[in-house]
Amino acid sequence: MEVNEGDYVEVITEKGNFKGVLLPKPKFSDEDIVIIKLDNGYNIGVIPKEIKLIKKAEKREKKKKLKIEKKNLPTVSIIGTGGTIASYIDYSTGAVHPAMSAEDFMYAVPEINDEANIRANLVFNILSEDMKPEYWIKIAREIKKESEKSEGIVIPHGTDTMSYTAAALTFMFPKLSLPVVLVGSQRSSDRPSSDAYMNLLSAVKVAKTDLGEVVVVMHATSSDDYCHIHRGTRVRKMHTSRRDAFKSVNSKPLGEVRDEVKFYGKYKKRDEEIELMDKMDEKVALIYYYPGMSEEHMEYVLENVDGAIIMGTGLGHVASNLVPLLRREIRDGKVIGMTSQCLHGRVNLNVYSTGRNLKSAGVIPLGDMLPEVAYVKLMWLLGNYDREKVKELLPVNLRGEIEKRRFLE
Amino acid sequence: MKCGLEIHQQLATKKLFCDCPSELRDEVKGRVTRILRPTQSEMGEVDRAALEESLKKRKFVYEITDNSCLVELDEEPPHELNREALEIGIQVALMLNAKIIDEIHVMRKIVIDGSNTSGFQRTALIAVDGYLETSFGKVKIPTICIEEEAARKIEEKDNVVVYRLDRLGIPLIEISTSPDMKNGQQVKEVAEKIGAILRATKRVRRGAGTIRQDINISTGQGRVEIKGASKLNMIPKWVDQEIERQESLKEIAEILKNRGAKVEEKIYDLTEIFKDSESKIIQKSLKKGGKVLGIKLVGFKGVLKQGKHRLGKELADRVRVIGIRGLFHGDELPAYGIGEKEVEKIREEMNLDSNDSFVIIAEKEEKAILGLNKVIERAKIAFQGVPGETRAPKDDGSTSYLRPLPGAARMYPETDIPPIRIHQEYVEKIKQRLPKMPDERIKEIAELGISEQDARQIVHEGMDDVFERITKKYGHPTIVARAIINGCDAIDYEEIFKNLAEGKFAKEAVDDIVLRACNGEKIDKIIEEYGATEDVDNIINGIVEEKIDLIKERGMGAFKPLMGLAMKELRGKVDGKVVSEKLKEKIREKIETT
Repeated sequence: MEVNEGDYVEVITEKGNFKGVLLPKPKFSDEDIVIIKLDNGYNIGVIPKEIKLIKKAEKREKKKKLKIEKKNLPTVSIIGTGGTIASYIDYSTGAVHPAMSAEDFMYAVPEINDEANIRANLVFNILSEDMKPEYWIKIAREIKKESEKSEGIVIPHGTDTMSYTAAALTFMFPKLSLPVVLVGSQRSSDRPSSDAYMNLLSAVKVAKTDLGEVVVVMHATSSDDYCHIHRGTRVRKMHTSRRDAFKSVNSKPLGEVRDEVKFYGKYKKRDEEIELMDKMDEKVALIYYYPGMSEEHMEYVLENVDGAIIMGTGLGHVASNLVPLLRREIRDGKVIGMTSQCLHGRVNLNVYSTGRNLKSAGVIPLGDMLPEVAYVKLMWLLGNYDREKVKELLPVNLRGEIEKRRFLE
Repeated sequence: MKCGLEIHQQLATKKLFCDCPSELRDEVKGRVTRILRPTQSEMGEVDRAALEESLKKRKFVYEITDNSCLVELDEEPPHELNREALEIGIQVALMLNAKIIDEIHVMRKIVIDGSNTSGFQRTALIAVDGYLETSFGKVKIPTICIEEEAARKIEEKDNVVVYRLDRLGIPLIEISTSPDMKNGQQVKEVAEKIGAILRATKRVRRGAGTIRQDINISTGQGRVEIKGASKLNMIPKWVDQEIERQESLKEIAEILKNRGAKVEEKIYDLTEIFKDSESKIIQKSLKKGGKVLGIKLVGFKGVLKQGKHRLGKELADRVRVIGIRGLFHGDELPAYGIGEKEVEKIREEMNLDSNDSFVIIAEKEEKAILGLNKVIERAKIAFQGVPGETRAPKDDGSTSYLRPLPGAARMYPETDIPPIRIHQEYVEKIKQRLPKMPDERIKEIAELGISEQDARQIVHEGMDDVFERITKKYGHPTIVARAIINGCDAIDYEEIFKNLAEGKFAKEAVDDIVLRACNGEKIDKIIEEYGATEDVDNIINGIVEEKIDLIKERGMGAFKPLMGLAMKELRGKVDGKVVSEKLKEKIREKIETT
């Protein structure tokens, strides 16, 4: 009889016979190996001479879903998109799935049901790194739809590109009638130590406030003590793995969540209505300048785009030999903005001659705007306005993305 | 009657999944606070033990040390498994005749008592199906694992448990035997033999807490695990007393069944009886607003404490772990300031027959009720005999109840670490470089000229290589052996014996030099003191000149008295043999010239 994954088998090998459940083989295991889960719980890989079937896998019953009663609570919509916060493991096979129905969050963190009546649905299920502008638009439309039925939106999202999505959603809603809270986790929710629990619970709490902005809610410290609320145009993932990877750059977080939500200062309140401008011009590049970057390379990158954001050095520079090229491209109608690789602080194209030359070539200095935010903003502007208006609005503060005053903190 | 062993030994390498050193630290650099939650398991259920832990709503504080990084903090994915630790594991597995797994998979074993920041312990099965030769036949070793050590518990109060990260992640080898042992002596032998094999690799950590033994004992009913039975000499006592305890529990079960005994769940308030009690424990509790509550144990008289029957201690243990000390039972009263009159009143109040007994607890009402419910639970188990449980070893040879046995370990793959293929060629290479088995090595060392007992001691201390090297170069096997056995690990024995061979001091001085070196003095300074005080030739010359008449008179016959004079001055400073040779030569010289 044929043996399949999940069957209880006996594997005959040169080293003896092993009984256990036959598991699917991960891609990184060698060709000649089969993997079984022994009765003691350990997985091992062995070289089989023969595999005998002992018992076919039983069809597993579907999980019984808990019934959650509607209470006299505000309604919060959870819009699932995938990512670590949503990834879970199939214990019988050991495979990690990025799939988890948005509903699963309700069962994984039952406390959120004491905060709100949860409406949950999954718009798509992708890894954060596979995110792209068309998905931002999808999420935005879903937000608009859900805004008619609920008082706040929570969007579990992979952390790698969460700040891009946050910025995109921020620009797409000139008017926002409810809080839109992006939340993620740095430790997957199949682990007892996952940060998903506190982050998700905190996100739901923020979704019930009178906030009218797109924000990111994540751990503020390495401890499970409180979360920070970051403005969608100011937040950036600043560490590859830590729980407190997300930081507000060039500004303070909007507030924090412990048992209660506390805002530190001013924030934008809910608008009466919701307005969505969901066009995006995807022909925009984000260019990281490096010493030795050739004119050919820069020219190549700029060839098929309508605009570009450069991450220049220091106050906002590129090598002076690139200036004539940029001047030409801008004369041809491209919109080019300058941000800094330093991330912290403002660009200033008046201090050095290269800066002045860039400015006279038409490169637009973008103050203390984060490069990724500028990139998203340029896409959105090009999608919705004519070139002249784009050039006018790019360096102007629309959603808290630019601050005129910087302080020593 | 079956006994099995599980041995955990720390390996002398860096940590298992990061580059941190494995030495424990006292300095704390910072703290983080975390919460752990049970996760959904494959069937949508949560492990019961795991859930109970989390229901305690405990917070865990982790102390950050110099030898812990983001990996221990669960803030960075684990690095690849430490290959050196794996190699030691394979070495030990081969010495235990086990078969090495072709592809090793690191697993996550769920543990949410906080001892692992991640909520799981990483562990990998590396070999199966080994055995150990003993004086009573082969003992099977079904599994050998490499795993990470847990964090060190510093303190626990209220709902906060403090752990230190210095120990978390130290590589451990876990060796489990089959239940092939029949008594404490056999368990001890196996523990000793496995310990000796581990040490033979010279790559295991030594000192307190670096090796831990758990003993499993079953006499046909529940399995009892004695956790942390680390003192080898105590093992026979622990095992034998545990067997006795289990036999006694089985007898008690028979007695209770025959008597038709039963446990009544009604809780009696006996506070009134103890209003003016002379018992200090009870008075103290009453003053704090406590009560004296009791339950009736029908047909339990004599099994609580009489002869070898000690069910009372089992009941007391169950409430001790929740912090109740004021428990008394019928078989031990009157005593502890509780008088005959009070006992009489209790028996009256509960309407006890002569075969009946009781348990009372003096505590705050809520806690007393909780405690009595634990007592009721345990008393009911008494009808079945031996419950499976985890017990802690005590220095007097007894053990005490710790907690129920953990459920089957929940394990799932550590997806952050790719599986490790173990090729046969690699195993063969390790096989060719295996250290000698301890018994063989002891024989070898003894053959260099010392007793087998000394050889065993030297091998046990891991100093066999040092001993062999020095003895082969400079001789004096018994002196080298004595020096090593009495001395400490950290000093340079070779330097001492090199200087001895050069005649810088007499072999009688070795003990003193070793002692002083172990106390921290510099070896070259000590030897200088011994050697530099006198010039041997000068002293001998002086004696010969002074006693020239005697030499003229007796010739070589003067040697003996002159030797006595020379040694009087040089004893302990210069080897007698050196003095004797020099003296003989000088006398001969004098005879020839005069």
